[in-house]
Order: sequence, then structure tokens, then C-alpha cells
Amino acid sequence: MKARVTVTLKSGILDPQGKAIEGALKSLGVDGVSSVRQGKVFDIELAGADPAQAEAALKQAADKLLANTVIENYRVELL
Amino acid sequence: MKAAILVFPGINRERDMARALKLISGHEPAMVWHADTSLPDGTDLVVVPGGFSYGDYLRCGAIAARAPIMDAVRDYAAKGGLVLGVCNGFQILCESGLLPGVLMRNARLKFICHDVHLRVERSDTPFTRGYNAGQVIRVPVAHGEGNYEADEETLKRLEGEGRVLYRYCSPEGVVDEAANINGAAHSIAGIVNATGNVLGMMPHPENHVEDIMGCTDGRGLFAGLVAHLDRAAA
Repeated sequence: MKARVTVTLKSGILDPQGKAIEGALKSLGVDGVSSVRQGKVFDIELAGADPAQAEAALKQAADKLLANTVIENYRVELL
Repeated sequence: MKAAILVFPGINRERDMARALKLISGHEPAMVWHADTSLPDGTDLVVVPGGFSYGDYLRCGAIAARAPIMDAVRDYAAKGGLVLGVCNGFQILCESGLLPGVLMRNARLKFICHDVHLRVERSDTPFTRGYNAGQVIRVPVAHGEGNYEADEETLKRLEGEGRVLYRYCSPEGVVDEAANINGAAHSIAGIVNATGNVLGMMPHPENHVEDIMGCTDGRGLFAGLVAHLDRAAA
């Protein structure tokens, strides 16, 4: 089973990397970009086939390691 | 003072730390591998040194914070044992939950590698008793992610409980935006946990302990720890 965990910065957390990318896009002439926030995507393969179990494992992975919940939110998707 | 220095893959300041500790305490510190599950008997101080543990993969300090040895460090800290985290060590302590908050990318995105001035906020702690309250010391920094952030409530608690021990300041001791090298909340350079026995700081006091380094302002931190332990033992 394949899954994806997406980690994003909570709103209100300063994201200097996103700001730098935003500046670069503007200097490249890409129009209409008003803001950029950078996050992370983890594509994960799971051995089992039970969706509930998979979701629980992914949630555990995100809480324990993939996200720092002080500053980040995460979303778990089974693909 | 019997110190134990944790060694993770990618750490590179453990030798500087060992040299400083040996010089000031007279005891060779133990090097403790990250995969170990216990600290040496009679450890007086655990040091989490600087460097780039696991290449800063995922988030700075995130993977090291989950290493087997960290359970032993958590137990040790819960019993009141002294823990000092410097630079990557500060990041590891935050990621491990031993200290609140997080170290974010420097506000101006640059890796900062030069001397800075720190104001010692109080002298009545094991980590600052070698200094006077309000004293300004000069020590080096070398980091890309030293911008301390925490939620408002946490910052309020840190300030209210006097847990900010070191702040970035001008050579004259003025704490302002100009002297806040990395954009840290409240110009925070170093904080302690609620029980005051775990310190995390971004600057490297271990790199200003000998005349050949051009400055010895960092000695006070280690000398203060030795004095604290001597008094506790007496």
C-alpha cells in the first residue's frame, strides 16, 4: 500500500525559505505569485493491506518523527 | 566533574568540547556513542555537542533526538542531572522535548560564523554562576538554524520564570534588533528547562577557553559548573 504524508508549516510561522523562493519566482518573471510556503512530502510504502492500521502507523510516524508539531501540521493520505 | 559527551554521526565539535572540559575540570570526559543505552556511572554532566548530526536531514537534530542514548539522557535529566546542549546540541534537546520551542532557519537565511556578544541574564544558576548577572561575554557562533521560536505562552513562561540565561546583545550589552543575529524570539541565545538543569544554547563557549583562541570568555560557563558540583558535593 502506498501513502503520502505532507508536512507544512503552521500559519504564522515565519518561513524564510519560502520567502526566498517567492523572491526568486518574482525575479524570474513568474506573474501572480503572492506568497510561497515550503513544506515536505514523504512517499511511504506500507507492508500491510489494512487501511485503518496503515493510517494509525502513518499518524504515529508523523507525530514521532516526520513533523515537529510545535511548528508543523501534517496530512496523511492513502494512495 | 565527570562529563559525558554524546557522539552522533555527523557531530564535529565533540573534540573541542572534550578539550575545554579537560582543561577546566581536569577530567577527561567520556565519549558516549549514540547507540548506547546508558550513561557512565557517576556522570556529573551530559554534553550534547555541536555539528551536523545526520547531515541535518529532516530537521536539525530531529534524528539524533530519537537515538537510543536519548532515553538515558531523558531519565538522567528527570533525576536532576545537568545537561548542556550547544548549537546542534540545542537543536537536539528541543527536538527531544527536553527543552521547549524550536530552532528555525536564521531570519536572513545566512549561515552565521563569527563572534557574538551575549548578555548573561542571571548568575544564580549552575550554568551561569561563573559570571555576574548583566555581564557581557564574547563567544563564537556557527549556525544556519539558530532562530529560536516558541509560541507566545511558552515565551511568556520562559521570561516569567527567568529561564532565558543568555541573550544576543551589542558589545555594550544592549539587547536590540541590530544585535539579534539570527532573528531569535526575544534575542534568545540560551534557555533552561523548568527545573533549571538542562541548558541549550546556540553559541560555542568551548571555543573561547584558551588564550590562543584570542578570548577566554567561555571559561566561566564550565568553571561555574565545576564550582556548582563541588559545592553540591561538599
